[in-house]
Amino acid sequence: MDRRELLGGAAALAGSLALPRGALAQSATEISFFYPVAVGGPITKLIDAFAADFEKENPSIKLKPIYAGTYQETIVKALTAHKSGTPPVTSVLLSTDMFTLIDEDAIVPFDPFIKTEDDKKWLASFFPAFMENSQTGGKTWGIPFQRSTVVLYWNKELFKEAGLDPEKPPATWAEQLEFAQKLTKKDASGNVTQWGIQIPSSGFPYWLFQGLSTQAGAILANAAGDKTNYADPAVVEALQYWVDLAQKHKVHPPGIVEWGTTPRDFFEKKVAMMWTTTGNLTNVRSNAKFPFGVAMLPGGKRRGSPTGGGNFYLSKKATPAQQEAAFKFIRWITTPERAAQWGIDTGYVAVSPAAYETAAMKAYASEFPPALVARDQLPHAVAELSTHENQRVTKALNDGLQAALTGTKTPQKALEDAQAEAERILKPYR
Amino acid sequence: MNTRATATVHGWLLLLPAMACLALFTHWPAVASLIESFYSTPRGRRPARFVGADNYQQMLADPIFWKAMSNNLWFALGTIPTSIALAMLMALWVNDRIVGRTWVRMSFFTPTILPMIAVANIWLFFFTPQYGLLEQIIQAFGGSNTNWLGSQDTALYAVTIVAIWKEAGFFMIFYLAALQAIPPSLGEAAAIEGASRWTYFRRVQFPLLMPTTLFVLINAVINAFRMVDHIFVMTRGGPDNATTLLLFYIYQVGFSFWDTAYAATLTCVLLLLLALVAFAQYGWLERRIHYR
Repeated sequence: MDRRELLGGAAALAGSLALPRGALAQSATEISFFYPVAVGGPITKLIDAFAADFEKENPSIKLKPIYAGTYQETIVKALTAHKSGTPPVTSVLLSTDMFTLIDEDAIVPFDPFIKTEDDKKWLASFFPAFMENSQTGGKTWGIPFQRSTVVLYWNKELFKEAGLDPEKPPATWAEQLEFAQKLTKKDASGNVTQWGIQIPSSGFPYWLFQGLSTQAGAILANAAGDKTNYADPAVVEALQYWVDLAQKHKVHPPGIVEWGTTPRDFFEKKVAMMWTTTGNLTNVRSNAKFPFGVAMLPGGKRRGSPTGGGNFYLSKKATPAQQEAAFKFIRWITTPERAAQWGIDTGYVAVSPAAYETAAMKAYASEFPPALVARDQLPHAVAELSTHENQRVTKALNDGLQAALTGTKTPQKALEDAQAEAERILKPYR
Repeated sequence: MNTRATATVHGWLLLLPAMACLALFTHWPAVASLIESFYSTPRGRRPARFVGADNYQQMLADPIFWKAMSNNLWFALGTIPTSIALAMLMALWVNDRIVGRTWVRMSFFTPTILPMIAVANIWLFFFTPQYGLLEQIIQAFGGSNTNWLGSQDTALYAVTIVAIWKEAGFFMIFYLAALQAIPPSLGEAAAIEGASRWTYFRRVQFPLLMPTTLFVLINAVINAFRMVDHIFVMTRGGPDNATTLLLFYIYQVGFSFWDTAYAATLTCVLLLLLALVAFAQYGWLERRIHYR
């Protein structure tokens, strides 16, 4: 923990201590708000501006954004604060942390706050794909805010050099392999100088793998979050396809591909096609020195991609007045205009269809059509893998995927081991 | 009251602030971890309950724990002797009157003052396949591509090298200070006797450096179990736990899985391990060291 985070934590503590519980009717209601980004940079300015606008419209509420680092650091801080008794009133955390937060008894569902017809209409306004990770057991626990999905980026210049149509991305697994074979180049001594395709596998390979497994027709976990399906034949087939790209066809770098350097590999023309988040759109747009395209992931038995990103959660330990005020803010910031603005400024997928009908978004999309690809893929999207003891259960899969990709286990064996581990962890939750 | 008793009370009162801090922030957490390791992890509405040695049994059956232990052992074996030898070598070199001595000393010490997270990001670029610095050098000599961090065979070596690079400069400072404390008359006497440079080092300098070596050794051992910052940046324990070190695993269990009881169990094992090593070093090695 560095000093900045310490100060952030201290500020959060001071913020919540400064507010005597119950004495809220007259004075301003203060809501602390954990947001997962490091201090500084363009994103904090956007959030600060939103907070200022909201306070102007609602003088009785004081909004206190606290920038808490990465998603991982933010949930560590939020849960630690929860255990010490003074958690942030609302926070943006990974949508997949829903079960963890429920199990820790740290959050309340949004349902009691949905009172009017208008509220109901608002709750129904989000893309259904995003709500899959936000609802369980008939209750809504999270509100989508900054959500993303996996898409394919391709280098049009390299497509042209390889004799491919630069405007036509691969639409199927077979095409993806065929294109990648044409796009892989070797020098005289047999070293590969340019790879056909790259799917990152460091850190959280399960997320990108979920694209492949969905396309193979499998769903990795049930909606109740207490059973995984890692050893399904379709899942094995998906992993076999990924492993074959590298080990059999040699069109994908061997071993583990680093998530962080993948966009850079793409800029350096070391790879012609890459899978990564829509959240990289703005990055690629400003750094790629060649024409590039953005497409939906190619289909196997079907098209498919997981969703990802963060939801708003409401803390259980906050007072009812604070929860009500936070709810008001969450409703305010997810209106179509603000969702559209947020999507344009950050590259995240705007969370409701209505946001794509706003004038601002329409103007942006006509100038930069790739911005719409993520939305168009949403009908094919599935919930990101999320279960009870989420981090542990996904780690079992991550370890298995990395073992298969580095060649120490066969896909079949790796996934069977991962499934056995997940079974052991999830049994007590059924 | 006699003066002796007053002096005792005064002594204890003077010690009290430091002792309170030590007890509150060091001893109590250690004891609390030990107690917690015998209870289950409290979750939501389920409070912690006494489970005896269950957590320890779980640990013995946990393949990732054993993997982390063996990784840590190799990491320690890789970092400790190499960084100490390197530190001694660098200290001997910059102790001489060479041109640009200040500059060389500074450049050796630089890795120590840089934050680990920042240098890990730089090293991440060094190890990048295809166009990373290391790859460019290897390719210039006609070698083939290696995915240093992305292969189970090389990832642990890669993170070990970063640790050595980071540590050697720090240890060099201690050796440099010790070398400068050696009276020049010893060197002059050796020169008159016609001793070679190697003999002078082996018979005079090396024995006189032993107290420093013990100190550095203890630090190196502790660091081998404590340095995990670069793991977060470079590999996050992957591929398939090939670079998971014990402390990294404790963090993961404690703050990703929120299994605090199991994390406490692992912490106790780490503490025990470090305590054993420290006792062995002080008890056994110290007796063989010549103090002036």
